[in-house]
Amino acid sequence: MRLEIGLGLGVLGLFVASLTIGPANVPAIDSLQALFDNSFGPLTLVMQEIRLPRGLLAITAGAGLGFAGAAMQGYLRNPLAEPGLIGVSSSAALGAVLAIHSGLAANVFLGLPLSALAGALVGVCLVMALAGPRGGSLTLILAGIAISALAGALTSLALNLSPNPFAANEIVFWMMGSLADRSMTHVWLALPFVVAGAVVIAMTARGLDALTLGEDAAETMGFDLSRLRLLIVVGTASIVGGVTAVAGAIGFVGLVVPHILRPFAGAQPSRLMWSSALGGAIMLQLADIAVRVILPTRDLKLGVVTALVGAPLFLHLIYKTRKELP
Amino acid sequence: MLAVLLLGGAAQAQEAADPLSVPPSSEFPAHPQRVVSMNLCTDQLAMMLAAPGQLLSVSYLALDSRSSAMVEEARAYEINHGRAEEIYLLEPDLVIAGAYTTRATVDMLRRLDVPVAVIQPARALDDVVARILKMGTLLGHEDSAEAMAAQFIGDLSALTEANEEGPRAALYSANGWTSGDKSLAGQILRAAGLRNVATEKGFSQGGILPLEVLVMAAPDMVINSGDYPGHSRAEDVLRHPVLDVYRAPGMRSDMRDRDWVCGTPYVLRAIKRLRNDRDQFQRTAE
Repeated sequence: MRLEIGLGLGVLGLFVASLTIGPANVPAIDSLQALFDNSFGPLTLVMQEIRLPRGLLAITAGAGLGFAGAAMQGYLRNPLAEPGLIGVSSSAALGAVLAIHSGLAANVFLGLPLSALAGALVGVCLVMALAGPRGGSLTLILAGIAISALAGALTSLALNLSPNPFAANEIVFWMMGSLADRSMTHVWLALPFVVAGAVVIAMTARGLDALTLGEDAAETMGFDLSRLRLLIVVGTASIVGGVTAVAGAIGFVGLVVPHILRPFAGAQPSRLMWSSALGGAIMLQLADIAVRVILPTRDLKLGVVTALVGAPLFLHLIYKTRKELP
Repeated sequence: MLAVLLLGGAAQAQEAADPLSVPPSSEFPAHPQRVVSMNLCTDQLAMMLAAPGQLLSVSYLALDSRSSAMVEEARAYEINHGRAEEIYLLEPDLVIAGAYTTRATVDMLRRLDVPVAVIQPARALDDVVARILKMGTLLGHEDSAEAMAAQFIGDLSALTEANEEGPRAALYSANGWTSGDKSLAGQILRAAGLRNVATEKGFSQGGILPLEVLVMAAPDMVINSGDYPGHSRAEDVLRHPVLDVYRAPGMRSDMRDRDWVCGTPYVLRAIKRLRNDRDQFQRTAE
């Protein structure tokens, strides 16, 4: 419990810090006061309409990705399973781009997140089908590479075909993710899907714990494995779809966070999932603060920072799991 | 906005000497008879100044009503896409190009001994006069160019109303790009009697003005670039809820790219429209 409390305090502290950082240099106390102000002055607008949604989205997206990552790793019993690496995020991005550029996002209620969810669903199902229920590292990663490449290429194609001259430049956003200049509308778009996905995955917690003993043992204990699989697939797709629809594909959060927390939370998936949600919120807030502090005027993408942290760790994990590869 | 796209990427290319580029072949013909223009801005100046039959072809952008002010006129010419092959086959005795776009094509044409004149984009209202005169010299119509330039100078000074007390306005286009006083758009803004918020914030030419900084500066008017079809995240920032207040009439104005992008006499139209919007703001404020 002490771990969770510590992580929770970290999330809160970073949230407050994140609210006081921005290109408009305003003393921290003034900006926090303006947040609870009803004056509609410029500072209140900045705090309530620009910085608050950004902070909330960082928490939502980070927690969702950490949670989904830990659940996938628990289900596949493979520390390399991560929504970004195995192509789920890029499929969700493809869904989102198709919704935006076909007009679905503008004309259908919840068209954007639903389409991203559909994309993520296709991605998860493909990966699970290709990698098999045990998710051997090699097939998992190969399937992930293929799906990421295909979804990325189709995303680029859709953006290049757009009549809008700026659309083609947005390939970077959809592949790297960013939280810049999002509004409360985006928070309300993503949050319900992340929460719904988390609820669905939470129902699998005991099943995942049992699965650590092996599939046969889990079935003997009365867990329906195909139901478990369905819940994991739908829950992950909902979380990743909701996050990607508004923030682009942010990689490595679901990989790094469970890996760091495993020594502290233990290998029990049900506990690791919740602490990974808190850890994910911390990691993404740190990354979002970093992009604002390091290059404030350049709209540095979130995925750049998470990849700088995540890719070396990923290589390390591959090195460690090399033994089981043929 | 198109100007930003065109200028942005190639800004560094300007300085770097290209080892492959061949120096322009000695002289341009005094009275060229087969002229091809391959840049939106030179297209328009050439169409205004060329004698009938002298100009063969203009670029495809001249037909795009968002960026070109002379779509009707452009229909009379052959259309090129700035590719060396199609331009060479037109057998031009003079090719007129912009400084940034299609550099590879320009180098290729020069290697093929086609005379290529490069015209820099206008960065200020004064540049418009220089560009008109340059085009006149290239086409061998100095007299009509001088007349057009004189007309422009007269119209501009009649229209200009520098006003140090005028409303504060911000030019704000896709990706949060703003323009300061040392840009054509910034000078159009000042000529219309507005004060530029970008200049207050230290932008002399242009740059990215974070949304937060724009809101904190609380300008009187926000001047957006026109909407392009389709959707882009770059333009999302213009529709952010925090800018809702600037959707009220009198608080906003549009940059119509076709009048703002190029240093041609059409900038006068942009100034006129902006002055009307400014007057509306001042009426609303009273």
